[in-house]
Amino acid sequence: MSKVAAELADMRRRFPRVFVVSPWRRAARALGLTLAAIWLITLCVWFDITPARLGRGLSGLLVILRQMVPPSPGAQWVDILHGLAESVAIALLGTVVAATVAVPLALLGSRNVVVNALAHFSIRRLFDGFRGIDQLIWALAFVRAFGLGPLAGVLAITVTDIFLFAKLFAEAIENADTRQPEAIVAAGGSRLAVIRFGLLPQVLPVLIAQVLYNFESNTRGASILGVVGAGGIGLQIAERIRVRYWDEVAFIIILILITVAVIDQISARLRRRLTA
Amino acid sequence: MGYGSVLLVALGISMMVAEVYPSALIDGVPRAGTYLAKLIPDLRWAVLAGGATTPGSFAYWMYRADSWLWLLFETSQMAALATFGGAILALPLSFLAAGNITPNRWVYRLTRRLFESLRSVPELVFALILVWTFGVGPLAGILAIMLHTVGTLGKLFAEAAENASPGPWEAMTAVGATWPQSVRFAILPQVLPNFLSYILLRFEINVRGATVIGFVGAGGIGQELYSVISFNYYQEIGAIVVLIVLAVSLIDLTSERLRRAVIE
Repeated sequence: MSKVAAELADMRRRFPRVFVVSPWRRAARALGLTLAAIWLITLCVWFDITPARLGRGLSGLLVILRQMVPPSPGAQWVDILHGLAESVAIALLGTVVAATVAVPLALLGSRNVVVNALAHFSIRRLFDGFRGIDQLIWALAFVRAFGLGPLAGVLAITVTDIFLFAKLFAEAIENADTRQPEAIVAAGGSRLAVIRFGLLPQVLPVLIAQVLYNFESNTRGASILGVVGAGGIGLQIAERIRVRYWDEVAFIIILILITVAVIDQISARLRRRLTA
Repeated sequence: MGYGSVLLVALGISMMVAEVYPSALIDGVPRAGTYLAKLIPDLRWAVLAGGATTPGSFAYWMYRADSWLWLLFETSQMAALATFGGAILALPLSFLAAGNITPNRWVYRLTRRLFESLRSVPELVFALILVWTFGVGPLAGILAIMLHTVGTLGKLFAEAAENASPGPWEAMTAVGATWPQSVRFAILPQVLPNFLSYILLRFEINVRGATVIGFVGAGGIGQELYSVISFNYYQEIGAIVVLIVLAVSLIDLTSERLRRAVIE
């Protein structure tokens, strides 16, 4: 026992900070906790978050959840299925168009193609800026410009994804092996030939994998575009929430979850085959 | 080229289902161009520094910048509170959903499924429902983002906990520590930096989400943006979007810096 005590005393001497929290640390921790508490209370007052309001909301939510079981397709189930198909179609069209347009943009934005640092930097910042604009903002704007319907949705997905893909593709191109482009240059190939035969074959699997991955998230995105009138199943969901057909809402949500899961599986399987 | 033809067929079916044909897209580009061109502010160099009543000045374009900036601040705080609440809820649940330390296979499966469904339902759908029960305003938006955050952070947290080194955990179990004690002293210290970095990353994403959650009446700048877009107030749309982009990039830059500091 005394041996243990001696060891412990030795440890205490060698690692004092493990055993005693210094008063400075303790004070800093207390200050941090106080500030966090003040921040939380301020926000609760500002946003009018009170236990009573939370309680009322939660009990209302329970009523809704109870009305959601059992989920029911309702009388207009054909509309629901059509809306779902439309969402997937919007996602597919938007993703493919965006990927096509993004390739030349990505080449402009990658350091090893556009060597000018200022040009490269400003193009990349431009992509970053546009990526700050949410898909739904584009969707609403395109609904105002083109009217209600899937066209606005396709364009919204296209525009948001162009800037996302441009960034992801540019990073993939920058990570490409430099030896193959150099070999094309050494053999006297033109700039276009360098891109076509030196870069593209290397990065294409990476790009396709990213496109597949984003197709899944775009399906999820396309399922809500209809809320602002840009086509797809979102319109069905928003309408049923407005008239409080909660069982049909639950049905649509489950349908969306299944669809996204299936697309996720397909895309994962295709990606695995690409990398294998 | 089996995949190519499958893709072409899928594209063809998609065009028929959505009734969007290449011609419509090609016609659409110039019209989108004219719409976007209208958003470009009517700024004139000669009077750029003029007051808020001078057409063509910067102040005239941003004539309501004070209320917009306040709304943006509100939006960011909504996102912060939602991220905080989501992280607090996800933290204990994620340890139940980590395969290496879960107390019980059934608990593991249940929490995993819970995270999956929370993360798969879009925030906006949560918001639409919650606006019904909690009323119009930021609370519904905060809760909607929070629910989604529990799903995404919970999954990331659980995966981080699964990758923690098993040594400390075994040591704690060997000396007879209870499950919460082992989690607190063996796993949490290992994964905390990762968790913080995930929380910051999620905060960036949630700020973006919070800018549009107001489209369905759930608070933040979205409500204002929705009305200016609906009324075609082009100059205001441009101004608000520019402010959003600036705010989002500022938050991204700060959070990226913090994340790097946390990880190192």
